[in-house]
Amino acid sequence: MSAVALRVLGVGVYAPGLPDWPTAAAALRGGHQPDTTTLPRPSPPLLPAAERRRAPETVLYAAQAAAEACAQAGLDPAVLPCIFASAQGDIAINDYMCATLASAPLELSPTKFHNSVHNAAVGYWSIATGCRAASTAISAWTSNFGNGLLEAALQAADCAAPVLLSVYDTAAVGALQSVIPFDCGFAAALVLAPDAPDGRGARLRLQPAAAQAIAGEPEADWACALRRRNASADALLLLQALAGAQPACVDIAAGPDFLLAAEVRP
Amino acid sequence: MPTPIPPLAVTAHTATSAAGSGLAALAQALRERRSGLRSNDFTATPLPCWIGRVDGLEQAPVPAEFAGLDCRNNRLAWAGLNQDGFLDAARTLVERHGSDRVAVVLGTSTGSIGATEQAYRELKPDGGFARAYRNFLLHSPHSLTAFVQRVLGTTGPACTVATACSSSAKVFAQAERLIRLGWADAAVVGGVDTLCGSVLFGFNALQLVSDEPCRPFDADRRGISIGEAAGFALLERAAAAPGAPRLLGWGESSDAHHMSSPHPQGLGARLAIADALARAGLDAAAVDYINLHGTATLANDAMEAAVVAELFAPSARASSTKGWTGHTLGAAGIVEAVISLIALEQGFVPGTLNSAQPDPACGPQLALDNEDRAPQVALSSSFGFGGNNAVLVFGQGGRA
Repeated sequence: MSAVALRVLGVGVYAPGLPDWPTAAAALRGGHQPDTTTLPRPSPPLLPAAERRRAPETVLYAAQAAAEACAQAGLDPAVLPCIFASAQGDIAINDYMCATLASAPLELSPTKFHNSVHNAAVGYWSIATGCRAASTAISAWTSNFGNGLLEAALQAADCAAPVLLSVYDTAAVGALQSVIPFDCGFAAALVLAPDAPDGRGARLRLQPAAAQAIAGEPEADWACALRRRNASADALLLLQALAGAQPACVDIAAGPDFLLAAEVRP
Repeated sequence: MPTPIPPLAVTAHTATSAAGSGLAALAQALRERRSGLRSNDFTATPLPCWIGRVDGLEQAPVPAEFAGLDCRNNRLAWAGLNQDGFLDAARTLVERHGSDRVAVVLGTSTGSIGATEQAYRELKPDGGFARAYRNFLLHSPHSLTAFVQRVLGTTGPACTVATACSSSAKVFAQAERLIRLGWADAAVVGGVDTLCGSVLFGFNALQLVSDEPCRPFDADRRGISIGEAAGFALLERAAAAPGAPRLLGWGESSDAHHMSSPHPQGLGARLAIADALARAGLDAAAVDYINLHGTATLANDAMEAAVVAELFAPSARASSTKGWTGHTLGAAGIVEAVISLIALEQGFVPGTLNSAQPDPACGPQLALDNEDRAPQVALSSSFGFGGNNAVLVFGQGGRA
């Protein structure tokens, strides 16, 4: 009764060795082993040049993947409700804020402060794209991808129209490296629409997984390794299913003891 | 325009802030027009401003089994859960529906960042966190929701909404979708934000903090007073409690304008209000009480005054209650939802504390004094950084 039937109209990826969805899809199909050691700073096309230079990294990662997904969907981002999900928010800004507060609190930068809100990425995105639809910024820590996917699916079902999901986290910096194990950036984005008989794009059906289900793992060792380096790389399991030519079912963590059963039909 | 939604029953609610712990204390402070604001005694570095601080949190750790998540924010969450029988009501709900069928959706702006700030003040010689701060989850925005989920033992959808000052209004929208679309039978919603260096010195850097108690909508207002609060509500399908007050509608929108100031004509605010009324199946004329966002910044109040003056009936009453609580940021949505429910249930409308001379942009709706009224429909607005807007509509129980 609670299953949600969707179409995936667009996909975007920005991660080490996976600078876009075509490259990621080929690698996830087993085509080649990506070099996941380096990743240039993202430069998302939909942000103004000044923002591309100075915006926090989370904004750039989220917008890079989001722009690719919207372009593939062929939809104007201005009309898409946006669900932005990040386990940690902008770690570099938090590091700056906490270090400055410990040493010289009255010198805190006002710009860094307003960039420190968890919804900075979706705020910059909505401003750059002129989007006045609903926008949200959420977190479910290490279950961030599955939680974001569920919220996006329910928003698409609710408004009976396409929505944009962007899931992203960046590498830990400063003293936060001693507690946050992320050592690379990762962003993935999907444009999801309610399923329709004459719809385009892969079919995606979500329902709560069986009580004893455990979360799946991507096939490739490099993909499993990325998941250990960044919580948002949990997206790789679904991306692998979307890259494939055959129907696939995967169980995705969406919370403690809560999993989504995702059925993909290309 | 969205279509009307089935109303949900709000079967329990509570709030804890500087204006009082629990509903009775909050209602009494509102009636007696007693502000919870005090001169800043929170920051080690002096900062001349007024704050809404909850007393006693320093001596009230969370229970030992949750000690890994002990921090000011989760202490306030725990204090808030223990008011008005809320924790028992929530646990009863989980027993009745099953642990996987009760969603937990909570809002916060800064969560437990106060613990991260403290860790940076106590770094080890190698530059890393001391052992007491080594819990990864404590430094995630999700710390609050994870804590409450562990307290309640739920295993269903659990999400943190962190959209700055609209966070704990948007949780009602997300939870309503989860219930209507069949992913939960009930939901615990709410939000918690606590005083911390990030917000006090951050808003100070933006020159948005008043050096006197905040005066929302006053022509001479000088900015916000920051507060802390916890608030929670239970949402169930209407049939579960015919007499309980109703969540009638919600609206969400984005300004697409600026990171830290609202759209001057309130375009996003208007969209969110229109969507919330459409989901409630009501005209603006049906709204008797509006709990305004009313932060007491120049930009917010000018925008909001004009929007309210234009959209709502002259007989509607509108007030900002931030003079009592301060601006509780990510908790503002739930605190002001609770105040709206108090207005509906107790038949009085709080005025706007500390304000004497309304901004000329204000319409006849602005209530400075408390009034005995019996509102049937209350609307609460929350507008956050990044141009993130959420509006909630509540009504009396027993409606069709």
